[in-house]
Amino acid sequence: MLLIHCPYCAMERPEIEFRHAGEAHVARAPDPSQLDDETWAEFLYFRSNPKGVHAERWRHVHGCGRFFNALRDTVSDRLLVTYKAGEVRPELPPQEHSR
Amino acid sequence: MSAGAFRTATGGRIDRTHTLRFTFDGRPLQGCAGDTLASALLANGRHLVGRSFKYHRPRGIVTSGSEEPNALVTVVRDGGRTTPNLRATQVELYDGLTAISQNRWPSLTRDLGAINDKLSLMFPAGFYYKTFMGPRFLPENWAWTKVFEPAIRRAAGLGRAPTSADPDRYASRYAHCDVLVAGAGPAGLAAALAAAEAGARVIVADEQSEMGGSLLSASRGAINGVPTAQCAADALAQLAGHARVRLLPRTTVFGYFAQNMAGLAERISDHDPSPDPEGPRERLWQVRARHVVIATGAIERPLVFSNNDRPGIMLAGAALTYLNRYGVTPGQRAVIAGSHDGIYAAALDLAGVGVEVAAVLDTRADPQSAAMAAALDAGLPIRTGTCIVGSRGHLRVSEIMIGAPMADGSIRDAGRIPCDCLLMSGGWTPSVHLFSQSRGKLRFDAAAGVFLPGVSAQSETSAGACGGASGLAAVIESGAAAGRTAAQACGFGLGRARAYRVEGILEATEATGHVNAPRLPQGMAKAFVDFQNDVTSRDLELAAREGFRSIEHIKRYTTTGMATDQGKTSNMNALALVSGTLNTTVPDVGLTTFRQPYTPVTFGTLAGMARGDLFDPIRRTSIDGWAQGKGAAFEDVGTWKRAWYFPRAKEDMHAAVARECRTVRAAVGVFDASTLGKIEVVGPDAAEFLERMYVNAFKALKPGRCRYGILLNEAGFVIDDGVIARLAQDRFHVTTTTGGAASVLNMMEDYLQTEWPDLQVWLTSTTEQWAVIAVQGPRARDVIAPLVDGADVGGEALPHMSVCEAKVAGVPARLFRVSFTGELGFEINVPVGAGRSVWEAVAARVEDAGGCAYGTEAMHVLRAEKGYIIVGQETDGTVIPEDLGLGWAIGKSKADFVGRRSLVRPDMIRTDRKQLVGLLTRGRDVLLDDGAQVTSVAAPAKGTAALGHVTSSYHSSVLGKSIALALVRGGRGLMGQRLHVPMPKGAVEVEVVSPVFYDPKGEKLNG
Repeated sequence: MLLIHCPYCAMERPEIEFRHAGEAHVARAPDPSQLDDETWAEFLYFRSNPKGVHAERWRHVHGCGRFFNALRDTVSDRLLVTYKAGEVRPELPPQEHSR
Repeated sequence: MSAGAFRTATGGRIDRTHTLRFTFDGRPLQGCAGDTLASALLANGRHLVGRSFKYHRPRGIVTSGSEEPNALVTVVRDGGRTTPNLRATQVELYDGLTAISQNRWPSLTRDLGAINDKLSLMFPAGFYYKTFMGPRFLPENWAWTKVFEPAIRRAAGLGRAPTSADPDRYASRYAHCDVLVAGAGPAGLAAALAAAEAGARVIVADEQSEMGGSLLSASRGAINGVPTAQCAADALAQLAGHARVRLLPRTTVFGYFAQNMAGLAERISDHDPSPDPEGPRERLWQVRARHVVIATGAIERPLVFSNNDRPGIMLAGAALTYLNRYGVTPGQRAVIAGSHDGIYAAALDLAGVGVEVAAVLDTRADPQSAAMAAALDAGLPIRTGTCIVGSRGHLRVSEIMIGAPMADGSIRDAGRIPCDCLLMSGGWTPSVHLFSQSRGKLRFDAAAGVFLPGVSAQSETSAGACGGASGLAAVIESGAAAGRTAAQACGFGLGRARAYRVEGILEATEATGHVNAPRLPQGMAKAFVDFQNDVTSRDLELAAREGFRSIEHIKRYTTTGMATDQGKTSNMNALALVSGTLNTTVPDVGLTTFRQPYTPVTFGTLAGMARGDLFDPIRRTSIDGWAQGKGAAFEDVGTWKRAWYFPRAKEDMHAAVARECRTVRAAVGVFDASTLGKIEVVGPDAAEFLERMYVNAFKALKPGRCRYGILLNEAGFVIDDGVIARLAQDRFHVTTTTGGAASVLNMMEDYLQTEWPDLQVWLTSTTEQWAVIAVQGPRARDVIAPLVDGADVGGEALPHMSVCEAKVAGVPARLFRVSFTGELGFEINVPVGAGRSVWEAVAARVEDAGGCAYGTEAMHVLRAEKGYIIVGQETDGTVIPEDLGLGWAIGKSKADFVGRRSLVRPDMIRTDRKQLVGLLTRGRDVLLDDGAQVTSVAAPAKGTAALGHVTSSYHSSVLGKSIALALVRGGRGLMGQRLHVPMPKGAVEVEVVSPVFYDPKGEKLNG
């Protein structure tokens, strides 16, 4: 069971308090009606699924209730960093996710 | 009374004065306090304890620990307390223990299944995939499912699970510590002491009943001048004296999970002859440790030669343990063989208690060691450069055949040696299971021929033999160092290092020893690699010949290492054999993944208290007790218990539901709708927020009015619906489906927090705050009017789809004028604490008015008569509002809402989408199956796509006929046409009609 740092509670809490919420930084267009079908399908269905560092959303559903973002290495299943919704994706030092 | 003919006169850690009676396969036997079932059986001369999985070969006890592949037994206490597949080596003896052998019929000594051994040519590696194909004229898989699989299931296998429910209780605990030490042998104890003395909080877990590991099995040697077993006792006493140390014997660290979370299974009462019936049987520990010291030791490897599985053939290290810890000798005339110095210690100790040592065979040509020198001094018959090529005997080994490996690779016959036991050692394999589970990377040590911990992935240290340390002094040293390192990793000072001086030990200078890859004579002989799954060296060679190269594939093809022991004794031998056959190196063949659990864990331990009523929370409304009192039948809706129908004397479900429906339509009914999801949406931007979430327009909705809201996902599909009331300019009372309450709130929070954080809106779940009493029927207003104080419930003041605040039966309420039946209807929302009293007041008046309470089944029928949808029944995640005839609900002038963009995708605007229609059968009583397909002809050709499917189907007592709702391709254009619904007993002809069966003009809504 992972320990996850909630950036709002500023504490590390066990995974069972959280729920995964899909890939992060997939922004909904301010006016989707302006998008063509292909771009809209991209938004709806296409996700990156990388081997390595993945930006994803979590919700502290049994805690503060806030959605936040995390960088997780999908190879090691390590959460490298968590940050608040709306913040830019942080740069990682190169050695952080080499293992 | 020594409890067994093979018990030594003195020595060991058993209590010879305390005799325990037990039975094995009904035969009464005796053992001593401190015995395991295995040691007690051996003390009575019993080696044969089971039959093998596939060939039903007689099998004996091979090891003395949890790695035992053969000696699986069933221990019976009473009906539900029957535990199969226990390793006899781990079952602690108690007075009255009843054990039975497994996988044999009619008896262990005469087993008919042994015919499989003679037919073994039929069962080569991968026989599942090669045999059991039926004749072609039979349906696919027929032969397998009807003939072969049932036969194999009967013949093969392990013990039988008990048929009655497990009566025991299982506990569960979370714990935190600085240092978790897995294994309390010499390395683990030294590590625990060092960590505790540095100030760390320590948990020490060991799978055995007594901590000390190999220190308890040594016959000679001393640490700082104190005999080894006494050293273990001293260390344990010191640890027990530390307030920060918790000692957990009989506790297996079975899993190493992410971020130093370990799973521990503690056996609390299995060793107790009369366990406390109120106490737990086992306990699951979930331990989060800042650092883990893995001190799990090493596992001895068997030799691979023809018929190496006869009872009486056991590991040399196990024999030493039985002798020195339990005072049991393995036989009267022993041959000891192997490729490792451990054989000399075993030979010397056995000779010391009077066992005749027929021969000590060392496969190595010129082993120079102190151990061998000591054995030579003692005059033991040693033969070097000699290997075993076979054995004889039926239920017990009686003779072994030996050979001499020649320079050309052949083996010269070197004679036979009669014996009643053979003790073997192919070297030791470090137990890297937990390290590997922690996702650490293993490295292959070519010199020792074993895998060792390489790069760590978590905060842990492998200490002792599992980390590659060899010899007691090195093992203790590495344990002490690991304990200090662990404490330091947790922020404690290094502390003073203890000095350990080890003397008088006669043991391996080389801990592991190379795997003795055998060369087998041609013929039928079976040399077993995996005892538990009956995998022989020929199976592995065959797999290699057939083109398998990776051990991952060979494992699955031959099933080597896939038994309940996960190949603890066999994996290294299998790797050596395969790499030899493929002419490559062990690391090139690869290593299979070590998986949790290390040893089998009972479902009871994992389930803990989460079973029966505690498996899932049960939610009951405030009115539930009233419904129970009325004898209601209940159904599960999510985690809620909902009153399903209220049968009266002699009524069955059909009659009760029919009566409830007729009563609502003719007079009035009262219904508990408390489970509906409720969300209070508040704030200056509440209307704007709901406009963006739901398809409907909400900004124009006046306070005091309600609207039927439809919620889509971004893909445009209906995912929830409910009535939404505007209580004030900045306050909405949103209802959701019973099942959707949590997910809708989650979705709303998601959009509010991440897409539109600028909106000033607050969301609160109020599902559990309001009791909801629906009063429906032409007399609904008459029923509630006298109870309402402070509001006019007349049709003009409170029209359909409106809401007001008032007191109902003296309780402040939100009073809705809404209907899910098509009748004049009200929903009274009162604080949940007053739910029961208001319900009783309302229900009494309903009864006086000739009405009744109705349940969810009548609610379903009534809504279906009106063509009202239920999300999840009429929808399945591919349905848009237009499909349901609900396009009118969409706020056409809105620029955006969730899912809007998807509604104009080309596929969404097709005219031949599946649309909601009604279906009527010609026979008025013919009920269509829910989910049945709808087709254009009665008997469509195979492969024809269905036009759609039945989504709801009921008998309507009000209409006097059966009705159904269905999604049918282009259905609204098919009104009046005849279609067909294939059912198990033949197709039923149906007419396509409007989905609104009752009161199509909606006049009843106005009462």
